[in-house]
Amino acid sequence: MAVESPKITSVIVEAGEYPDLVRKYHVSGVPKTMVNGTVEILGARPEEDFVRTAMSAADAA
Amino acid sequence: MPILSPTDAARVREMLATLPGPVRLVFFTQTLNCETCEPTKQILGELAELSGQITVEERNFLLEGDLAAGYGIDRVPAIAVVGAQDYGVRFLGIPSGYEFMSLLDAIQLVSAGDSGLSEGSRAMLASLQSPLALQVFVTPT
Repeated sequence: MAVESPKITSVIVEAGEYPDLVRKYHVSGVPKTMVNGTVEILGARPEEDFVRTAMSAADAA
Repeated sequence: MPILSPTDAARVREMLATLPGPVRLVFFTQTLNCETCEPTKQILGELAELSGQITVEERNFLLEGDLAAGYGIDRVPAIAVVGAQDYGVRFLGIPSGYEFMSLLDAIQLVSAGDSGLSEGSRAMLASLQSPLALQVFVTPT
């Protein structure tokens, strides 16, 4: 998605190394994706479903 | 002692053989208080050996704070995966195990400069008006 759009950044976080982030975003399972720190997407999802959900964070802003 | 086994190294070399464009791994590290910085450096070094398209650019997180901030990096070890342009792809933490595969995927994507997404996804993203910052939490196993 980051490659597709200049408006998107994508950070892969090794959860085990950053307990502060894990606590902040209540990560209890992986993969878990946070979008703009507000919308959360749990697990692996079909691609277009994922994109749609992620974009809802932009609408919310 | 290499981290990648000879078998893994051969497989990775094969995967990376078709990289269409150069990829720069801008690696932010520090000497003290970072247990995984040194092994990360070793993994990236071994990776760069496997493809002429991959270069590792090591940066000191403490001494080059402005540069790190420019890449949006606030902790180490961190890697900015940069192709013909910076697409905003970052890795925080050591890219071992499953995350190593994610790093290979990211390298292939930025090298090609093509997301590989479906037409439907591309159409949706083309209408994006404001920034999206994705943080994907993963574990190495």
